[in-house]
Amino acid sequence: MHEWALAEAVINSAVEEAQRKNLRSVGFISLKIGEVQQIDLEVFDFAIKELSKGTIIEGAKVEYKEYPAKIRCNSCGYVWKYADSFKDLGEEEKEAIHFIPETIHVYMHCPKCKSRDFDIEEGRGVWIEDIT
Amino acid sequence: MKLIDPRVSITEERVKNIKNILAFGSGKGGVGKSTLSTFTSLILKEKGFKVGLLDLDLYGPSSHLILDGDHLQPKEDYGIKPVEIDGIHFMSIIYFTQNKPLAMRGKEVSDSIIELFTITKWDDLDYLIIDMPPGMGETLLDLINIIKRLEFILISNSTRFAMETVTKLAMFLKEQNIPIVGLIENMKNSNSDFVKNKCEELQIKYLGKVSYYQDLEDYYGKTDELLKSPISKEIAEVASFIP
Repeated sequence: MHEWALAEAVINSAVEEAQRKNLRSVGFISLKIGEVQQIDLEVFDFAIKELSKGTIIEGAKVEYKEYPAKIRCNSCGYVWKYADSFKDLGEEEKEAIHFIPETIHVYMHCPKCKSRDFDIEEGRGVWIEDIT
Repeated sequence: MKLIDPRVSITEERVKNIKNILAFGSGKGGVGKSTLSTFTSLILKEKGFKVGLLDLDLYGPSSHLILDGDHLQPKEDYGIKPVEIDGIHFMSIIYFTQNKPLAMRGKEVSDSIIELFTITKWDDLDYLIIDMPPGMGETLLDLINIIKRLEFILISNSTRFAMETVTKLAMFLKEQNIPIVGLIENMKNSNSDFVKNKCEELQIKYLGKVSYYQDLEDYYGKTDELLKSPISKEIAEVASFIP
């Protein structure tokens, strides 16, 4: 499951950051979760908890802040919600975007001018927002 | 606190069990990077090494055509396991694009490369061969940032046109202290020593030449016949210089 690979990256990175901050223990981690990758939060949370065992992160409260994706067309300037285009995709296409979000350019186009040249302005990726 | 991209910390971890990472690059397109990297992978595998092949040409992937790998699909296993084709562990963007065109801007190329390294779970390998795209943009720069143990094999054809760009790549790599194993002169169809002399001038090892074969494409996709093709013996000779 892809969530496990991302969870592993989060734990690795959080441990590094905790060491950098000279934290003796970590009580709280805040994560920003972009809509584009359609992370299964239940699986992701389970993976985070399992992989954090035996690390400085173990037992920390983990907060997940999901944020919606916004896309802007570079050709005509139209801005639209990711969810509006996402609902029309097939399962294989959704899965490809789940793994490599940039494949969105294969499966979506601007609803207004049909251009494939657009930016994901918000809502891509998983980010560590805070760690204390 | 500044937002942290957690992928950055895991990319080195993902390749830690790979002994040698060799990028086949040129800067120039159409000189045979995919052919030489794919054949070299097969030859190293025949020698008994465990080999992975990563096609990093996101705009024009083609290694899958040589290996006949487009009908396969990587499996999920706490990440993504590369497909296995005749003993070669193979990964390409085509497994996520259904082999359709992927038109994207530079920042997104970077994100794709980092994501690929984040999710791909390579087995323990003796060699990971990377088929580089033309150019000296995001893919080259990101790869250098992601993999600190990277070594380059440069590919050129016999023309001044190609060497003009290969020279620039060589100069850049040298300036960045990235090891260059040497240069392979591909599609050689004359007795000119131009490329060999240029290598001397650049203080790069000339690994050898591979002739131009008109009918090479006839072997593509037939993995059992690739190593019997006339080009294979010549590539094996130049590949013998690989550390």
